[in-house]
Amino acid sequence: MFVLLFLPLGLLSQNEIIQTVNFKGFEPWLNKSNDTTYVINFWATWCAPCVKELPDFESLNKKYKSKKFKMLLVSLDFMRMKDSRLLPFVAQRKLEAQVLHLHEPDANVWIGTVDQSWSGAIPATLIYNRNHRVFHEGSYTFQELDTIIKRIIIN
Amino acid sequence: MKHLLFSLIFSLSLFAATAQGYKIGDKASDFKLLNVDGTMVSMADYTDAKGFIVIFSCNHCPYSVAYEDRKIELDNKFAQLGYPVIIINPNDSIAQPQDSYSKMQIRASEKQFPFPYLLDAEQTVYKEYGATRTPHVFLLNKEEGDLIVRYIGAIDNNHEDAAKATQKYVESAVNAVMNGKKVDPETTRAIGCTIKVRKS
Repeated sequence: MFVLLFLPLGLLSQNEIIQTVNFKGFEPWLNKSNDTTYVINFWATWCAPCVKELPDFESLNKKYKSKKFKMLLVSLDFMRMKDSRLLPFVAQRKLEAQVLHLHEPDANVWIGTVDQSWSGAIPATLIYNRNHRVFHEGSYTFQELDTIIKRIIIN
Repeated sequence: MKHLLFSLIFSLSLFAATAQGYKIGDKASDFKLLNVDGTMVSMADYTDAKGFIVIFSCNHCPYSVAYEDRKIELDNKFAQLGYPVIIINPNDSIAQPQDSYSKMQIRASEKQFPFPYLLDAEQTVYKEYGATRTPHVFLLNKEEGDLIVRYIGAIDNNHEDAAKATQKYVESAVNAVMNGKKVDPETTRAIGCTIKVRKS
């Protein structure tokens, strides 16, 4: 009975349902102070360099997901494109890292909260844990990401 | 090696954060760039202008597209008051084929752009101005013969829906400089597409 009830849930990937949040709902993800290292990538389906680096983020997630590590792929797709573009894209690419849809059009009020150096161009990535914080506007390679994680991850 | 690479990445991002570009109050340089109609355009050509709304923008970026009608409205409203819109496409056409000169011509004619749509073919103008994304607005005001940067940032505070924008940054900035008042806010951030740089 237990197995029958829980097996289907276990088979669901965490991206079957993609939550849309405003900045207030998203903000707690920027300031966790536990042992986990967070990789928060800002992207959109229409952003070519973002889409290009996604496989590297997926590889990084596969490598570290059993550790104290959490990846969040924060989509900035327009609200009207969530159903027509974002959901099919995530399903087709079988993205495993958790995808969150951030809908907060008044960008000027929240971009600086993520990092003071961020002009707003994407891709942009925040990597942090309770000891380190690295923000980068622009693309990353797997090697660059891996180097940072190896250096800062808390075992 | 690991640490070396890390510090290299760190210093690179430090460099990016402190890269050159205009700040409020800086003197802006003129440019001479190819327009979609085949002519070369400089700000010096506009002898009657009191300033310029220079917008780094392009064809392919959905944020630029979302703001297209609002750019036209800005020109319709402010060109006659002495502040015409000039659009500069900073993207390399190999890195982003949708932003090629011929595609720019097509888009300009489809939308009947009332303003020049220029190609920063050498990718030098956007670097000097410090544009990091499309769209990225620089409001220049002519003061004692110089073009002074008075606003840098977004057009308004809602890219998805013009009707829901509660702050029209560029419009109020132009109104402020026309009335000799201080622009507030002088800079804003916005989500946008990175500038597509030529791979060497």
